[in-house]
Amino acid sequence: MNDAVEATKPKAGFDYKKFLSNWGSVLALIIIFVFFAVTMPKTFLSPGNIVTILRSISVTTTIAIGLTITLAVGGFDLSAGSLASWAGVLIISFFTWHQVGMWLSIPLTILAAIITNLLAMLLIVRFKVPDLLATLAMMFMLDGLSLTYSGGGALSQGMPRADGSPTFGKIPEAFKSMGQAPTIIIIMIVVVLLAHIFLTYTKYGRFIYATGENKEAARLSGIPVQRYRLFAGILATFFIALGGILVASRNMSAQIQGAAGFSMPAISAVFIGRSIAGAEKPNAIGTFIGAALVGILENGLIMMSVPYYSLDMVKGIVLAVALASAYSSARR
Amino acid sequence: MVYQEVDTALFPSLTVAENIMFNTMVTGMERNSLINWGEIRKAAKKVILDLDLDISPDTLVSKLTLAQKQMVLIGRAVQEECRFLILDEPTAPLSQNEVNRLFRLIRYLASEKQVGVIFISHRLPELFQICESITVMRNGEVVLQDAEITPDVTINYIVGQMLGKTFEEVFPDRDTKHGDIIYELKDISDCDGKVNNIDIYVREGEIVGISGLVGAGKTELSKLMFGANKCGGGKIFIRGKEVSVRDTTMATKNKIALIPEERRKEAIIVNQDLISNLSIASIDKFIKFLSFVDKSGEVKNAENFIKLLGIKTPSATQKVMYLSGGNQQKVAIGKWLSSDADVYIMDEPTKGIDVGAKREIFDLIYSLAEKRKGIIYISSEISEILAITDRVYVMYSGNVQKELLTSETSEEEILYFSTGGK
Repeated sequence: MNDAVEATKPKAGFDYKKFLSNWGSVLALIIIFVFFAVTMPKTFLSPGNIVTILRSISVTTTIAIGLTITLAVGGFDLSAGSLASWAGVLIISFFTWHQVGMWLSIPLTILAAIITNLLAMLLIVRFKVPDLLATLAMMFMLDGLSLTYSGGGALSQGMPRADGSPTFGKIPEAFKSMGQAPTIIIIMIVVVLLAHIFLTYTKYGRFIYATGENKEAARLSGIPVQRYRLFAGILATFFIALGGILVASRNMSAQIQGAAGFSMPAISAVFIGRSIAGAEKPNAIGTFIGAALVGILENGLIMMSVPYYSLDMVKGIVLAVALASAYSSARR
Repeated sequence: MVYQEVDTALFPSLTVAENIMFNTMVTGMERNSLINWGEIRKAAKKVILDLDLDISPDTLVSKLTLAQKQMVLIGRAVQEECRFLILDEPTAPLSQNEVNRLFRLIRYLASEKQVGVIFISHRLPELFQICESITVMRNGEVVLQDAEITPDVTINYIVGQMLGKTFEEVFPDRDTKHGDIIYELKDISDCDGKVNNIDIYVREGEIVGISGLVGAGKTELSKLMFGANKCGGGKIFIRGKEVSVRDTTMATKNKIALIPEERRKEAIIVNQDLISNLSIASIDKFIKFLSFVDKSGEVKNAENFIKLLGIKTPSATQKVMYLSGGNQQKVAIGKWLSSDADVYIMDEPTKGIDVGAKREIFDLIYSLAEKRKGIIYISSEISEILAITDRVYVMYSGNVQKELLTSETSEEEILYFSTGGK
């Protein structure tokens, strides 16, 4: 918070609106955290619960980093949850059906996810279908693909295939530890840092932002914008598929639409993080803070015994408030 | 009223019949909430027959050509039994055949339907074809009222009236010894017929103007020169060697720079700071290791150009959206100076900037010419073309109508050729 005050100091007077726009999300994060800590000091602040929060944030953040890249290049993605679920189905099937080792299964899964999602890029880049509609179609297609491939059900160790034939593959223990603390948290931190360095310090990050901000100006500056849209799409798919693998690792199985629940929190995280520190563009650090806000909120609400069926409503309200504060004070 | 931009007045997803009958449908049905489609179609069909249009009433307007859309718009006006029809630059997007067709329609309306027609146009030969009397406006004032077309009233006479008193600009003295040809276009055309078989060249240290009125195809040509229009034919030579300029990336690699007309939409990224805007076309210069951008080098680059170009900004980290038009234009040029381009294509570079900044942009262009760069200066302001260029190509409806030496020509002559004179 000291940083926050420092950053706004040089401006003449205290720009209340600007402060709220730039730091509102961080402020909300702190308020929510303190509120839960004070009302439920024993349970909420217990080390076990903190780890639980970090674990749940890890998946949201990893998927949200993928979405950050998509949004930075000026796109949008509704199908992230379905894509992540598809990756989960793939990796569990590699383990249980084909007995592929872990260090081969992970790159294979990511590669397969990227190849599948090239269809979305084809629709968007080649056929100029608006992102929203193209990824809506992808969402249905990926959900159907996952079910068709798995034979209409969930996948887990020892479970026979849809035609009744037995499976012999085991899900490796090392894979289980991937979805547990501290590995999953380390993976999240690495992902956030990599994305941050990539987007902020490399030429590619620059061109991605330039394309997202003004596609025509970027093109007329000699940037091959279509190629960068494709590149950003592939990169985003990489992170979303990794998120799906983490979900599978946490569950040690592939559930039907197992990662669908992460789609909206991840999109929320990117939008909440967009305005942090006056960035006014999708950025990795902001996305992480946004994911933390959503994760802590969800965890605390569950602990306060808010019924699960009301959670989405509360999360929706918080997202609406965060977005309203970020957009209303932004200068047009 | 038939607008210049027909698309703004029509509903692309409705049929021809609905578009023609639109006003009746909106205002003439107070008591009925159900549309009587039979009536609508019948009335629309009658209009189409009356005007002898070759369009089916059931076609969607989005499927029509520009010329047909115009006809639909005129059809709507006729359906309302209008007594006066105002056509604002109706021929700008049309081909010669379509123009003839439009003229036939206008004559029919004037003689059979007793409609008074006001025909607004830059294209003087057309006025003499279709009009009975001409009114000339200059700077918002009428300078010639209702001149009947007689043998005395010629294109030259009208041009004279359009210009009023000729005023002399002060030409700065420049070294006009030019080097070899640095950039040459041969037989450049686009796919829409807006640019046809253009041959243009520019030499080292030369400022070449492309003059022409709005709609002459100048902007379309500038995009072709920079590889920004995928669909087109012709050859581009740099220093006598043929190069492929398939896309903007290739153009940039061949050291061609485009300063486009729509500054905020096409030239700068308003939501980013000066540092990023000034380095975007030359980012490879700032890469020392892998693909990492050297921020301090970038900042130095930005500060250097802010000083060199006299860009007025509180700091290099200011977002360019907060700069004035003139300063934004300097950024748009600066990004190409940073990439050290050899050929600068400038499309209406003084559009929307004040007189002082204009002077500075001119000085900047002179200094580029002194550095033996090739400059193509595209403008519809003839006074600017006369002030800054060495040689000028005059465009008229997608063709180069005439090539002139600036020192030997005049505003009248350029205007004469830009309005279709031969």
